[in-house]
Amino acid sequence: MSLRIDMPILIGLVFIAIILAAGTSYTMVTQGTATFVSPNYLLQQLHFGAFLGMTAAGMMMVILLGHIDLSVPWTLTTCAMVATAVGGVGGDVTGLLTGLLIGLVNGIGVAVLRVPSMIFTLGINTVLLGLMVMLTGGYAPQNEATDVMLFLGRDRTLGVPHSVVVWLAVSAAVIFVLTRTPLGRYMYAIGNQEAAAYLSGVRSRLVIIAAFVMCSLCAAIAGLSLAGYSSRAFQAMGDTYLLPSIAAVVLGGTNILGGQGRYSGTVVGVILIVLLQSMLSIMQMEEAYRQVIYGAVIILMLLIYSRSRKQASA
Amino acid sequence: MNSLRLFFTQNLGLLLAILMFAVLYSTYASLHPSFGMNVVLQNGNETLALILVGMAQTMAVLVGGLDLSVGPLMTLTNCFGSIVMAGTGGSIVLGIIACMALGAACGFMNGCIIVYGRIQPIIATLATGAIFLGLALLLRPTPGGAIDGDFAWAFTNDINELGYTYGWWEDLGFLGKIPMQPIFLVAIILLVWVPYKRSALGRGAYAIGSNAHAAYMSGVRIDRSKIAAFTLAGFFAGCAGIYLTMQMGSGNADAPQAAEYTLRSIATVVIGGTSLYGGVGGVIGTIFGALVLRSISFIFRVVPESAALGFVASPLLQPFFEGLILLFAVSLGAARVLRVRNRLSLFT
Amino acid sequence: MTDAPSPHYLQMQGISKNYGGVQALSDVAFSAKRGSIHAVLGENGAGKSTLIKIISGVVEPTTGTMALDGSAVSFRSPLEASAAGVACIFQELSLMPDLSVADNICITDPPRTRLGLIDGRAQRRRAEELLAKVGCEDIDPRERINALSLSRRQMVEIAKALGRNPTLLILDEATSALTSTDVSKVYSILHGLREEGLCLLYISHRMHEIEELADTCSVFRNGQHIETFSKGAKTDDEIVQLMIGRDWSNVFPEKPKRNAAPAPALDVEDLTWLPALKHISLSVGEGEIVGIGGLDGQGQRELLLALFGVLRGVHGTIKVHGKPANIDAPATAKRPEWGLALIPEDRKTEGLMLPMSVAENITVAALPWLSKGLVIDQSAEAKKIRQMVERMQIKVGDLNAPVSTLSGGNQQKVVIAKWLLTGARIILLNDPTRGIDVGTKQEIYQLLRSLAADGAAILFYTTDYDELIGCCDRVLILYDGAIVRELTGDDVTETNIVSSSLNLPVEGVA
Repeated sequence: MSLRIDMPILIGLVFIAIILAAGTSYTMVTQGTATFVSPNYLLQQLHFGAFLGMTAAGMMMVILLGHIDLSVPWTLTTCAMVATAVGGVGGDVTGLLTGLLIGLVNGIGVAVLRVPSMIFTLGINTVLLGLMVMLTGGYAPQNEATDVMLFLGRDRTLGVPHSVVVWLAVSAAVIFVLTRTPLGRYMYAIGNQEAAAYLSGVRSRLVIIAAFVMCSLCAAIAGLSLAGYSSRAFQAMGDTYLLPSIAAVVLGGTNILGGQGRYSGTVVGVILIVLLQSMLSIMQMEEAYRQVIYGAVIILMLLIYSRSRKQASA
Repeated sequence: MNSLRLFFTQNLGLLLAILMFAVLYSTYASLHPSFGMNVVLQNGNETLALILVGMAQTMAVLVGGLDLSVGPLMTLTNCFGSIVMAGTGGSIVLGIIACMALGAACGFMNGCIIVYGRIQPIIATLATGAIFLGLALLLRPTPGGAIDGDFAWAFTNDINELGYTYGWWEDLGFLGKIPMQPIFLVAIILLVWVPYKRSALGRGAYAIGSNAHAAYMSGVRIDRSKIAAFTLAGFFAGCAGIYLTMQMGSGNADAPQAAEYTLRSIATVVIGGTSLYGGVGGVIGTIFGALVLRSISFIFRVVPESAALGFVASPLLQPFFEGLILLFAVSLGAARVLRVRNRLSLFT
Repeated sequence: MTDAPSPHYLQMQGISKNYGGVQALSDVAFSAKRGSIHAVLGENGAGKSTLIKIISGVVEPTTGTMALDGSAVSFRSPLEASAAGVACIFQELSLMPDLSVADNICITDPPRTRLGLIDGRAQRRRAEELLAKVGCEDIDPRERINALSLSRRQMVEIAKALGRNPTLLILDEATSALTSTDVSKVYSILHGLREEGLCLLYISHRMHEIEELADTCSVFRNGQHIETFSKGAKTDDEIVQLMIGRDWSNVFPEKPKRNAAPAPALDVEDLTWLPALKHISLSVGEGEIVGIGGLDGQGQRELLLALFGVLRGVHGTIKVHGKPANIDAPATAKRPEWGLALIPEDRKTEGLMLPMSVAENITVAALPWLSKGLVIDQSAEAKKIRQMVERMQIKVGDLNAPVSTLSGGNQQKVVIAKWLLTGARIILLNDPTRGIDVGTKQEIYQLLRSLAADGAAILFYTTDYDELIGCCDRVLILYDGAIVRELTGDDVTETNIVSSSLNLPVEGVA
């Protein structure tokens, strides 16, 4: 409602500025150019970062409820594989429907059967992996991405990657749901106190199912565009999205226990992680150091948050 | 009579896990064309690291947290171990001790970040897990290292082989056929788990997981117990890394493997009857949870293709069924949900 | 200190405590003797619980000093207080539900073996001794807490506190969850402890308990220590006046005279949900406030939940305005065709989403009617919120501030506002005035009466006899899941309610 900027978002923005400054001074020193802040380079980073952005948007839906979706990696992969296997526009639709179905199953397991989401989605992830291994015989599928996927994931218009536009569209939808609809309000309510929401006449099971469906749909969209970016779907294409998407959501200030968080924070979290990764790669940092720095930055930011929270409450 | 009733009601999860294991493993044994101690030995070799990682996860889950760094920490100690355990004789022992210390130190660091930094365990360990993997890569950019073959052989086989290798004893008969893995496990349980569970720290861990506020009111040292729990988690993950080193003879900073172990560890804990909300369960259940999980994959190797259900025996189907069985096991709890008469009790 | 030992074991001087901007205690001096039971009285929010939290090390005072047995102490944690001989039996149980009774009793300082490990057998023996001391030999120390009833748990809690061999024992509403047999056990234990020379602080809202137990009484109000006097020095009425600081007599609005029987709004026939509810039939008319009384835990809570569609497997018929209603969820109950509302028992976990804003909490139940299609009509929402805040006189600075920043009374007003916004015509209340100040209570009574005057039907469960007497047109007494008596008009008296609650015959009433 009000346009206040939360502490985590502020800290995230400061970190983004630091990363931009550090990356730029590095390229200034080594190459004599400010490659890191050139619009071209940043757009290129966003082109690829958009896939993480879509995944994180979905992840935020379930984290807001105090749940988590560990099936995101293979939901993303499955949808992409199914879509490329079917091919054509029918393939794109089938891919999205697959995502919807997976979300439905996750939601039912968590909301109706009341299995902890952590473990239920883990099981679904394994089942999906198994299904895909079964379908492809363990080999990389040879199907090409459909035209729609190529358009969404690979192509650009006037230099703007379409994947960024897709991310913007997903973001707009998420913001609309979270701030304008009863569904969004109910999601926050359930994340804070499910019993109170239920006693207020909220159909909490439906809301939880809806959140899981939205999460899987976001993963499906990310999967389809990513397949377009790489021209095909491949095994384990989603594996590198699970932990960064959770990290992006949490770095954006969403409470991992649910109920609190703003979508703008998640966007900041995604950009932060994408820039951090690209700064480390532009510095030609070894993978080993990249991992260490990546982890250390997350810890550092979280420590700063918890300190600022403590001061705010004192 | 009352004792018996209490035993059953308070250990239902554990008993279920044991039952599942018994059914699955006896199926496996009956289908195996040449079941014997050597098969058991091989199975043990493939299971011990998972059991240890599961035990590590149990520590975190009991205090109501989750440790996503157990897999990476196992990988880190594996890489570290492939360097420090590379000598012979006494230096190997020192290397093992160094590995255990590394595991415990990393766990201690996790605990401190969680307790003093007031960060949710799942997020803190997500980040430290990345750090551990990075360090593992630093130590072993490519798989490698060779630890003493005799040593690795002797300690991953049975008692007889241990004797032969070092010339300590000859054939000990049946006793000699006991594999080393259960011996390690029993040793760890007796020397680490049992004292921990009966210490104030262990009691505190259960108390925190059950009701942290009440525990604080009762004068439980929350910070200390939590740090101890995560330190012990690190120690167990370190032990898993050590065993992996002995088993493979080398170190490998394998990120997918680390992630797989972390995720599987959560499954073993849940199948073993430990509540994800904390306070209920223990490592004995987790051991059986890991055994159940592994038994499933063992069965796939021995189902004859010609059998009525032979088509499901394809190794390609294995992950699919593993996932289904995990889902089935956890959905058993849903029976409780259907029986609930006061819907409000679903939300607590 | 060099002077002669003071007769007072506990001495507190100049104690103040601020929570954020709220002054919970201001400049309190308080002392208590050994070998006596000292009752601490006051409305909720008077500062009693802050006082005992300071004594037991849960919070540290902002200013002031405390001394035990003449030597100054300052506790930074419950552990330190416990080591100094302070034990506290809290209103909210401090038991770990998944641990055994013995583990719980010995949690602070378990007996050890020579190796320093916890000695399970010694621990069980110790638990048995302590349980025997509180007269609960029937509890198996190996049983887990979550397998025990609330009353038994409270007894374990008492045994646990005694196990620390305290010199200063604090009981905070320790009898509220007890069955009457357990209550009498606790009385004799407390008398015994007084003989042993313990210093006992007793906090309770039940006047008769205080008469029976206390040697000295201290009254707190608005964070200040008002007065301390010996037992018998003041009458009940005088004590109540000290507590609320004004005359109690015109707290309740006048009940309207009724000539014709009201049109029925809610008819319940043969409602059964074993074992808690047995063949309950009742009717609430439009404009009527019907009270539900009885001892705690006789099925009152379940009755309200059953009507609101929370319970599964309820038998019997429910008619709303004459129409049979099949309500299977709160979401159904709140629909305009039934128009039910439930003000739940526990504001913090069932009534509110504490970290969410006041505005969001007020509209969460009525959102379906504040939306156009899929979208919340934000201007309509804002308007309704303003109206409600004004009508309920909710004291709030920023509507976007978390509801947790409001006082208990204003929080309860938010819960009520949430339901009024749905246009509910049948209002079920589950002990709504627990833990809120007298002023707000009074506003709630007036609100209920004015809602009734507008034709709402109100079913009002409360543990406070005064509210049954002062607020309700009729009172139904539940005992063991069944309605054992209906009191109307002048028959609604404290004596009748008490004896009906115990299922004793009442003169002149059927």
